[in-house]
Amino acid sequence: MEYGFTTAAYVVAAVLFIQSLGGLSGQESAKRAVWYGIVGMGIAVLATVIGPGAGNWLLSVLMIAVGGAIGYVVAQRVQMTEMPQLVAAMHSLVGLAAVFIGYNAHLEAALVAATPEDQRNLLEGFAAILAHKSPVELTILRVEVFLGVFIGAVTFTGSVIAYGKLAGKVDGVAKKLPGGHMLNAGAALGSLLMLVIYLQSGSAMALIVMTLLAFFIGYHLIMGIGGADMPVVVSMLNSYSGWAAAAIGFSLSNDLLIVVGALVGSSGAILSYIMCKAMNRSFVSVILGGFGGTTGPAMEISGEQIAIDTEGVAAALNEADSIVIIPGYGMAVAQAQQAVSELTRKLRARGKNVRFAIHPVAGRLPGHMNVLLAEAKVPYDIVLEMDEINEDFPSTDVAIVIGSNDIVNPAAQEDPNSPIAGMPVLECWKAKQVFVSKRGQGTGYSGIENPLFYKENTRMFYGDAKKSLDALLPLID
Amino acid sequence: MKIGAPKEIFEGEARVAMTPDSAKLLQKLGHTCVIETGAGAKAGFSDKAYADAGVEVVKTAAALFKAADVVVKVRGPEPVEAKRLTEGQTLISFFWPAQNDKLLAQMKAQGSTVIAMDMVPRISRAQKMDALSSMANIAGYRAVIEAGNNFGRFFTGQVTAAGKVPPAKVLVVGAGVAGLAAIGTATSLGAITYAFDVRPEVAEQIESMGAEFVYLEFDASELPDGAATGGYAAPSTPEFQAKQLAKFRELAPEIDIVITTALIPGRPAPKLWTKDMVEMMKPGSVIIDLAAERGGNCDLTVMDEKIVTDNGVTIVGYTDFPSRMAAQASTLYSNNIRHMLADLTPAKDGVINHNMEDDVIRGATVAHKGEITFPPPPPKVAAIAVQKPKEKVKELTPEERRAKEVAEFKLQTRNQVGLMAIAGGLLLLAGMFTPASFMSHFIVFVLACYVGFQVIWKVSHSLHTPLMAITNAISSIIILGAVLQIGSGSWLVVVLAALSVLMAGINIFGGFMVTRRMLAMFQKS
Repeated sequence: MEYGFTTAAYVVAAVLFIQSLGGLSGQESAKRAVWYGIVGMGIAVLATVIGPGAGNWLLSVLMIAVGGAIGYVVAQRVQMTEMPQLVAAMHSLVGLAAVFIGYNAHLEAALVAATPEDQRNLLEGFAAILAHKSPVELTILRVEVFLGVFIGAVTFTGSVIAYGKLAGKVDGVAKKLPGGHMLNAGAALGSLLMLVIYLQSGSAMALIVMTLLAFFIGYHLIMGIGGADMPVVVSMLNSYSGWAAAAIGFSLSNDLLIVVGALVGSSGAILSYIMCKAMNRSFVSVILGGFGGTTGPAMEISGEQIAIDTEGVAAALNEADSIVIIPGYGMAVAQAQQAVSELTRKLRARGKNVRFAIHPVAGRLPGHMNVLLAEAKVPYDIVLEMDEINEDFPSTDVAIVIGSNDIVNPAAQEDPNSPIAGMPVLECWKAKQVFVSKRGQGTGYSGIENPLFYKENTRMFYGDAKKSLDALLPLID
Repeated sequence: MKIGAPKEIFEGEARVAMTPDSAKLLQKLGHTCVIETGAGAKAGFSDKAYADAGVEVVKTAAALFKAADVVVKVRGPEPVEAKRLTEGQTLISFFWPAQNDKLLAQMKAQGSTVIAMDMVPRISRAQKMDALSSMANIAGYRAVIEAGNNFGRFFTGQVTAAGKVPPAKVLVVGAGVAGLAAIGTATSLGAITYAFDVRPEVAEQIESMGAEFVYLEFDASELPDGAATGGYAAPSTPEFQAKQLAKFRELAPEIDIVITTALIPGRPAPKLWTKDMVEMMKPGSVIIDLAAERGGNCDLTVMDEKIVTDNGVTIVGYTDFPSRMAAQASTLYSNNIRHMLADLTPAKDGVINHNMEDDVIRGATVAHKGEITFPPPPPKVAAIAVQKPKEKVKELTPEERRAKEVAEFKLQTRNQVGLMAIAGGLLLLAGMFTPASFMSHFIVFVLACYVGFQVIWKVSHSLHTPLMAITNAISSIIILGAVLQIGSGSWLVVVLAALSVLMAGINIFGGFMVTRRMLAMFQKS
């Protein structure tokens, strides 16, 4: 079949991919949108396999079948709390694949260059495309290959570390080698040098050295970022995996790869932007790690943390009419979402208005809390975003904070010297009563004292979130 | 320890310092409870209710004082009660040590410990034991109810078939705890409520309760700083007082109900509602003077009595509002007491640890171990953070607002045009050096980025995780590159391409399947 058909198939696939992303604007249309994506992918792969330029299709199909089987099993088995790890792991695969394909492009180009002029017409497949390139185009190809491999390599090691941190296999604390960001900058400069060498000589050595440097950058960059900044990191890696695909698309002169790479790249970039905005921090400061400096001594907190027992919480809940629950990463850690859902069901059955308030950076992945609550069968129409619910807190009887800390810290608004000053937070302290379910009297990820815990209308409900909620459930009537 | 509550013997006092509920909670602290028979009768708590709650009921006050280690009371001890206290015994009640030095000296001589509920320092930690506030709250509520009882009209305005009823106008003077409670009650009954206080910082609280703050034209710097006096009002300057009275005179003819709650610690109540103001008021109007015990805010107030003036204005000077709501008052007061005892028994083992290092306990203790410990040293924690006056946001005139909008629009346009010009310039520059084949792909890239940005902004926040999973799956479109390379002649290329296909395959299936799984979970209620 001719190029025309393949290109037509690519256009259809591209439109389907855009539809599939656009469909995610609502929960119901999203269910349809996945199918657009699946069909688009099917068309694209099929058209490529049977189209011109592809050979050895049996091996392709075999590999797809094996990979598909693995992917299917993983997707069926994964726990919803493990989603952040899964996403990170998948990014690493895209990154590594990009590295491999970039190397292949280099190898093929070298092969073409080694073939005598008169025999080039005999070349098949990808090599045939290369054979028709002019010297300028070949230089550009080298830049594209170099970029694709570089981004792919950073994505690969970065995602592997992110996976390790999210899965708890690597210590989540921000760590840097001595030299800190100078090391990264040095490695980046080295890569740039390798680019110059590679452009001039086309030597494979330069490519390999650059790959190693990029591996190091990915590793070191993500090692230096702590647990709660993971939402930004994961969406950033998502973005990188897209840009890697786009760069590979350029080097292979494949428009569909470019389109999809750009879509994914911009999607990840927007997610990172949303996350950064929700923490009131610039992207650069998140990537460079550590919290912004304080501008003065923190405001003194007066008062004490007052504990409350299960009976007290139950009594308040039984009397309350409107309740807002604010889940955080702690809920996922304690696996308390089922208990939360059960509590919600019971309270709603009593005619109480129960809603959830989700901060954009709650959890370790954008939208993580929504998925966990959905899994626990909490209806999505009572799960609200920060902007939707913040003004309702003054008319709320009881706000329950489960496993979140910095996202409900009033210091962000009240103390201009606080490191998180200006960060948008859920104003739960405006509710008539606040219960904070927390394991002990520690500070949150940022290490900042939370004045919420000392407020007069706040009661601390110490203990493991799941155990305390399970104890609470029978007392709700 | 044994906690005992005798019957109040002060005439007309209906409250009791222990309720069956508070007794149950006291027992949880490891204490045992004892009560004099009939102590709760006037507040609606029968002996049986106490007995059911595990409280021992004794016949006489004498027996109770003998049995109890800690005596809890509402009113300060009458001479007969004071005599019964023995060495080592603790009394918790209102005491007013500044006015009762003789009684205090007697306590010292007898070696009893006295914790005065009226001396609990005003720090946020101690609010749960602040009996003055909880009683003031009741007084404020009751003041409005009492006013309604003596007022011949509706509070709320109504338009009925029989004619229109104007709403009552209520003025609350002094927005302390009682004042705020009165404001809340009056507004919830539908009255138009005005409130005045010498502390301008309470304006926000007043407005949040739904009343209108009566502002005086006055230089704020001359006002006493309310925060420096522990949240209580300080005496004001003569000029200020004159302005204040002028304002009241202006208001007096319109106001139907006046509730005065102005008190200055350690001084007689300030005279704020003068005789001529009362004369200006309409017949049928009501004045409730909550400061009657300290001489009253109104010139004509008679303590503990209700009088009607010649022009038909009712002035109520009762001093026992909390006692008039004995059930509610007893519940709150007994809770205050219970919190105090909880602080005194930190280990919850029924053993009282009278820790004189603790700010709250030290502040409230006026006699301990044969010594007078009044007045207490200032607490280590400042009562109320000094509030800086908030900068008022200047209201913009329509012209200014418009000018601001135009300026913003211009800035936006400049930024946007500037950005596009730079980006376009760079692109053109690149185009000069790159072949057309590259630029044709580049167009696709730029347009795809643009489409991506437009589409992704619309994605619902709650679907960000599925979005990441699905972008993961489709970024595996990179598989196409590998499929194109897998037919190569070089074995190395084939191996690498095959591995890439495998990895991309995992991603495609894994990504789409997990997205489907997630989306299927989102259910509407």
